[in-house]
Amino acid sequence: MPALTLENLVVRYGATTAVAGLSLVADEGTVTALIGPNGAGKTSTVEVCAGLRTATSGQVTVLGTRLPVVGGPAAALHDRVGVMLQDGGLYTSAAPLQLVTYIASLYRRPEDPRTLLESVGVDPGTRTAIRRLSGGEQQRVKCALALVGRPDLVFLDEPTAGLDPLARRGIHDLVRALTDRGCTVVLTTHLMDDVERLADHVVVVARGRAVRSGSVRELVGDEDTITFRGPLHVDVSDLRAALPPDYSVAEEHPGHYRVVGAAEPMVLSAIASWSAQHGSPMAELSVGRRSLEDVVIDLIGEQA
Amino acid sequence: MTTDPTTTAGLPERAARRPRQRAIAHARWETRLLLRNGEQLLLTFAIPIGLLLALSLTTMFSVASGANRVPNALATVLAVSVISSAFASLAIATGFERRSGALRFLGTTPLSRSELLGGKFGATAVVTILSCAAAVIVAVLLGWHPSSASAWAIPVVVLGTAAFAAWGMALAGLLRAEAVLAVANGLFLVLIMFGGVIIPPASLPGPLGAVASWLPSGALADALRACLVDQQAPAPLTFVVLGVWLAVGAGVAGRTFRWS
Repeated sequence: MPALTLENLVVRYGATTAVAGLSLVADEGTVTALIGPNGAGKTSTVEVCAGLRTATSGQVTVLGTRLPVVGGPAAALHDRVGVMLQDGGLYTSAAPLQLVTYIASLYRRPEDPRTLLESVGVDPGTRTAIRRLSGGEQQRVKCALALVGRPDLVFLDEPTAGLDPLARRGIHDLVRALTDRGCTVVLTTHLMDDVERLADHVVVVARGRAVRSGSVRELVGDEDTITFRGPLHVDVSDLRAALPPDYSVAEEHPGHYRVVGAAEPMVLSAIASWSAQHGSPMAELSVGRRSLEDVVIDLIGEQA
Repeated sequence: MTTDPTTTAGLPERAARRPRQRAIAHARWETRLLLRNGEQLLLTFAIPIGLLLALSLTTMFSVASGANRVPNALATVLAVSVISSAFASLAIATGFERRSGALRFLGTTPLSRSELLGGKFGATAVVTILSCAAAVIVAVLLGWHPSSASAWAIPVVVLGTAAFAAWGMALAGLLRAEAVLAVANGLFLVLIMFGGVIIPPASLPGPLGAVASWLPSGALADALRACLVDQQAPAPLTFVVLGVWLAVGAGVAGRTFRWS
């Protein structure tokens, strides 16, 4: 059952279109990652879903309730949705426990603030003002604030930005624990490692619309990527002709080529022959799977 | 970092929080923040008491003499406290809360816009009343004897706080944080000096005096002088003026408020 449905969402700021017809579905108890370049419309989308902004057009349904909430208690919906904002959002003169305790008082079924702070790695006993905490600690306080209402749906906007590897791992564990208890997580991030580790479903957003969606495996595909060093600036059409028709060939950087397709002996032989024919024996051959980052860069490049 | 916070039992589930409970929770939170802020304490307590001492014990801005000096100074200081806490401080704090994203985050919680505004007004009222109480205590120590008419100061201060708080929130909604800082401080000084607070509207030159009477600052200070200095009920017109400013300010604040 979907916890979040966006249908043809459009968000405009004056003459600027931030979101241009985005549609997606986030199922209950799953992690959906929204990824894309800066300015792709991810944060605007989260703001609409969190009730901070009204959509210009399109339909947004959060936990079965159509937004914006008209003639009903929006508080009932906010009670079930947690949001971790990308920028700011903290009363920095307060100590972490004071702030989390206050925010907990607004919810019907809050987490215990002390336990929650401990779980995200912040000492609940500290009297240090939030503004004096490190960036990573502030990030963890923001994470605690998003979770203190024990949400059924949580939006995490760049949750691991600025965190050290250990703290990032902690956030990963936290997200898994959330989905284990049935919470739906919508994650926006630029860190592909987060996506590969956490996301059940990925939506690649560019220029305000979804350009591809699916699981990480579906996006990355099963094809091998063959990279090698060869001749400089040579027309690759004859290499493409020598390979099976579903293979792609590109000179990614001067003299550095990428072939996408199964790394069969016949293919490697064709590449070596082509390279030698053009006066530069094949070198630095490597075979592997395409990374999610490669896929995303390609998709974004196609939209540019 | 441990790894499984969501298996904790959390606090006991309670009935859905009522809007009033959330507004009170926010008022308590804001009051706590205000009273922990050193600059705010200076504005709320130190400056009004210093001004009360200066006006009572020196001839600075003297518009009264003899036995009237302390009650006159008290009326002025109460008006200054209201304008300082409910207008300038509230507008500046709200503007910077918006800039820091704190308001934006609150917009994602069950706290509604009206609960936030109610909570801010509650916190401002508490701080203003504390500030006024401190000034009254110092005035008594300086020899002031309250009369039965002095009790009128309570509704006057409450109404004045509401009117100025509405305009503080309106200003915070209309301008960016830096502009709020400049405009709120500038207006505060103008209202104190030329808005009928330190110098009564009747003593201001010609058109300035006429305008000051219709300003919330002039109405507030006149009403306070009536009950504290003249020992009589304030003129009904002063309540009308404050009420109109409150209604218009609340309308503007409601229309211009935004979370981010």
